[in-house]
Amino acid sequence: MSELIQHPALAHHFDSLEQQKEASTLGMWVFLVTEVLFFGGLFATYLIYRNWYPDAFAAASHELDVTLGTINTVVLITSSLTMALAVHAAQLGQRRLLLIFLVATMTLGAVFLGIKSVEYYHKFAEHLIPGPGFQFEKEPVHVRHAQLFFSLYFVMTGLHALHMVIGIGIMLVMWWWSWRGTITAEYYSPIEISGLYWHFVDIVWIFLFPLLYLIGRHA
Amino acid sequence: MWTGIPLFPERASTMAGRVDALYLFLIVVAVFFSALIAGLIVYFAIKYRRRAPDSIGTGIHGSMLLEITWSVIPLLITMVIFVWGASVFFAMSRPPDETLNIYVVAKQWMWKFQHLDGQREINELHVPIGRPVKMIMTSEDVIHDFFVPAFRVKADVLPGRYTSVWFQPTKPGRYHLFCAEYCGTRHSGMVGQVVVMDPSEYQTWLSGGAPEGSLASAGAKLFADLACNTCHRPDAQGRGPVLEGLFGKTVTLQNGEMLVVDEAYVRESILMPSAKIASGFQPIMPTFQGLVTEEQLLELIEYVKSLQALPQVQTR
Amino acid sequence: MASTALLPRRHYLNDGYGVKSWLLTRDHKRIGLLYLAGVTFFFFVGGAFAVLIRLELTTPVGDLVTDETYNKLFTMHGVMMVFFFLIPAIPSVLGNFLVPIMIGAKDLAFPKLNLASWYIYMIGALFTMYAIVTGGLDTGWTFYTPFSTVSSTSNVIPAALGIFITGFSSILTGLNFIVTIHRMRAPGMTWFRLPLFIWSHYATSLIMVLGTPVIAITILLVAAERLFHFGFFDPAVGGDPVLFQHLFWFYSHPAVYIMILPAMGVISELVAAFCRKPVFGYSFVAFASLAIAVLGFLVWGHHMFVAGQSVYAALIFSILSFLVAIPSAVKVFNWTATMYKGSVSWETPMLYAIGFIGLFTIGGLTGLFLASVGLDVHVTDTYFIIAHFHYIMVGGTIMAYLGGLHYWWPKISGRLYNEWLAKFSALVIFLGFNLTFFPQFILGYLGMPRRYHAYPPEFQVLNVLSSAGASILGVGYLIPMAYLMWSLRYGRAAGPNPWGAVGLEWTTTSPPPTENFTETPEVTWDAYDYQSTVDSRQSTFPAES
Repeated sequence: MSELIQHPALAHHFDSLEQQKEASTLGMWVFLVTEVLFFGGLFATYLIYRNWYPDAFAAASHELDVTLGTINTVVLITSSLTMALAVHAAQLGQRRLLLIFLVATMTLGAVFLGIKSVEYYHKFAEHLIPGPGFQFEKEPVHVRHAQLFFSLYFVMTGLHALHMVIGIGIMLVMWWWSWRGTITAEYYSPIEISGLYWHFVDIVWIFLFPLLYLIGRHA
Repeated sequence: MWTGIPLFPERASTMAGRVDALYLFLIVVAVFFSALIAGLIVYFAIKYRRRAPDSIGTGIHGSMLLEITWSVIPLLITMVIFVWGASVFFAMSRPPDETLNIYVVAKQWMWKFQHLDGQREINELHVPIGRPVKMIMTSEDVIHDFFVPAFRVKADVLPGRYTSVWFQPTKPGRYHLFCAEYCGTRHSGMVGQVVVMDPSEYQTWLSGGAPEGSLASAGAKLFADLACNTCHRPDAQGRGPVLEGLFGKTVTLQNGEMLVVDEAYVRESILMPSAKIASGFQPIMPTFQGLVTEEQLLELIEYVKSLQALPQVQTR
Repeated sequence: MASTALLPRRHYLNDGYGVKSWLLTRDHKRIGLLYLAGVTFFFFVGGAFAVLIRLELTTPVGDLVTDETYNKLFTMHGVMMVFFFLIPAIPSVLGNFLVPIMIGAKDLAFPKLNLASWYIYMIGALFTMYAIVTGGLDTGWTFYTPFSTVSSTSNVIPAALGIFITGFSSILTGLNFIVTIHRMRAPGMTWFRLPLFIWSHYATSLIMVLGTPVIAITILLVAAERLFHFGFFDPAVGGDPVLFQHLFWFYSHPAVYIMILPAMGVISELVAAFCRKPVFGYSFVAFASLAIAVLGFLVWGHHMFVAGQSVYAALIFSILSFLVAIPSAVKVFNWTATMYKGSVSWETPMLYAIGFIGLFTIGGLTGLFLASVGLDVHVTDTYFIIAHFHYIMVGGTIMAYLGGLHYWWPKISGRLYNEWLAKFSALVIFLGFNLTFFPQFILGYLGMPRRYHAYPPEFQVLNVLSSAGASILGVGYLIPMAYLMWSLRYGRAAGPNPWGAVGLEWTTTSPPPTENFTETPEVTWDAYDYQSTVDSRQSTFPAES
């Protein structure tokens, strides 16, 4: 074995930084596949019930705030952009830019969650939280199935929001590592891998938004 | 004691023999392959037992011919079993056109049977031999399962839906009825008896009659009590569709879809009237969810079934 | 053989003492032992419930426990055994220990994640034990709705959360194995030189990673429905209880392949080692594992033939269920052919392997009875099903687990156990098992439904036979506990290769050093290459470092 000084980030059970990076990247992809299956069960449930109760679902969907939803979509897509820029900065060893883009990503994520909370609050005020207090005055005939729609809405967006919170947590850790100098042009795979996670959470929203907010809406 | 161990349940329906034949074939296949494998491994274990502590086996890596053989032959055997099983299943799933219908409402933890003539039974079901019987079943609460081993018949009974089984009893006697889908505390107490009678005895039993009259007549009364007749009039002047002659027909819905008017559609129309509205009508029918029991739904269904088409009824 | 062997001076068991060195370990071998402690404990908890069940069923009336209690007993027996024993046992104990060593690596790809997996497993188990201890669960391990969401008054939510949490342990273990096998094989260890144990664990990991998230979301929905009355599975609100069954079985069918594929991997190793020749049809066995994993995802509807599916859906699931049986049959034939012209030793692990082949064959053949829809209608939800899956899970998986435990015990502990006691226990287990479960096939065809607390008197004789068998089986499981623990202190040192087997794990010391190998191996031989070993008189590493 050669006498090369081991990179401080190289774990003892790996032979090279390259092997470690490949393993971590593969690991994150496998994890994302599990997340697809996790959300997949919800999407399957949604598809089935929407197929059975299209009118109720459309009526319920119209109660969601398309404006806020669209803003959130733009916010999240922009955050993916800043994330990609963060990865790029990391690759080039640009610590300052990396830190800035990480902060931008986290901020946008927080904005998303903030808007989401506002939406949730509105739903609460409009008696659209499933349970005994649920009311659907606009079209009472659809009340039962509209409740089903909102159950799905809260579970799906709630789970997504939880993933966002975890994502922001991950970004905080990444920011800390970047600030400390752990991340260099040689060793930036944690940023890349966190980016993969962030993009995934973004993509889930890209599916959620039209399925939940845009049923039966025309320009 | 040993002679007292039964191996097969009684065969008391037309399907029982077919199911048993398939079972016996599978036993033969299973015994053959189990004996073959067990025999070979024991034989090899003895014949090739290690004699010297450092001896090794002969390095045979494989044989394409063997792999193909022992993939193809099991595949063929399994396909035979599949076709046989499918054929039995088709027969089980398709009741004959003319069946004696009996309604079943399952609830924790009892079986309620409703004969068309109005007799109600709890946990005991009287049926005649020689006629196909169809059970139309629903549950008031959780999932149950209607299982009569002697008939080789089984189907889940679901809340909010109708499921059905059919059988033709062939042997008079009393047979076990079990609930076969775990349903809570007294699941193992949700048992009963199916009493199969000769046709003449069955007639006698039937003529014992029911004080409330037939299901359909009870339904007629309910139809009036609930004021269904104010909108569903035979002269087509009401705000709802004419029901005479409607059961079994194909109707077109508002969204263009077509469906056959069956028990499930009638039930849904009473409980969720806006779900599937007939073309040309307004969504103004109120829901009767919570206002009618499962049994009352069955009475209304039987009543609607009994309404014959009138000579000059106008259909829209 | 190993009469003059000594324990190596430095190995993973004495590389650090104290509770912290175990609870914060990153060594896959120690983590495997942490899992061993966990699964063993939960096995006996589940086993205790089984004893009570069989005791109650010796009489036709419910006279030992109330019906409510009985419903909790079978539920908790199922939950403990399925989620906390059968799914983790072989992969998390033997897999964790052996996967890195068998491929020539120093550890799994993500050692900290591996430790986290164990903590997640234990936390999930604790939640479930809490549910058990504070009143129990009575929904059946299958949690069918609307009973579990609307009707049951038992501790559904903590139990559901416990299972949800433990699921992540399974997912992370699978993820770890996949990345490890892809990225950390030693130089020269190509895919087709891998031991079949690795192929099996790879296929298992695919299922763990793809299937478990679905049960996770499903059980979460059950808990949410109970808590918030959402209505996904409640017909009163427009939900569908059968949708639950589809979601549930979409995971739980592949789950049974999570339980059997690692076992099959163990059997491949045992048969090769105790016949001292390569497994016949190596690549067919390897691909059969993958085929089982893929096809296993396509057959979930065979649990629902009487649940109200369409006839055509039932037939599609039926034909696919027959297809998934073929690769298993191919494996059985290949193992049998391996014994032909082998040098067959009758040591305890081989006895378990032979027992597995016989019992798994019977269990698998009875699966054909169930795939055949016309017959399944009669036997589903009866004791026939119970007999079928116990033949596979107990006659199959548990036998393989014990066989593997005995085979690798010298490597794990550095000690030999008492061979006569071990053979005796294997025999007791085999006889007890068959007496317990064979009568249940007959009971099932007669019509005795499952989950019944009381039954018609004509079923009693068969139930008594079954309960008698269960008591024998119970004793059979206790004996290995005793002599294996005894061997830890008093067993003779095993030496690096007490069986004279071929495999990377047998080239290192018993117990291995923390980093598994003093030098990274370079692999130039095929799996199970006994011929070359004899030819080159290749010796194992010296016992002392």
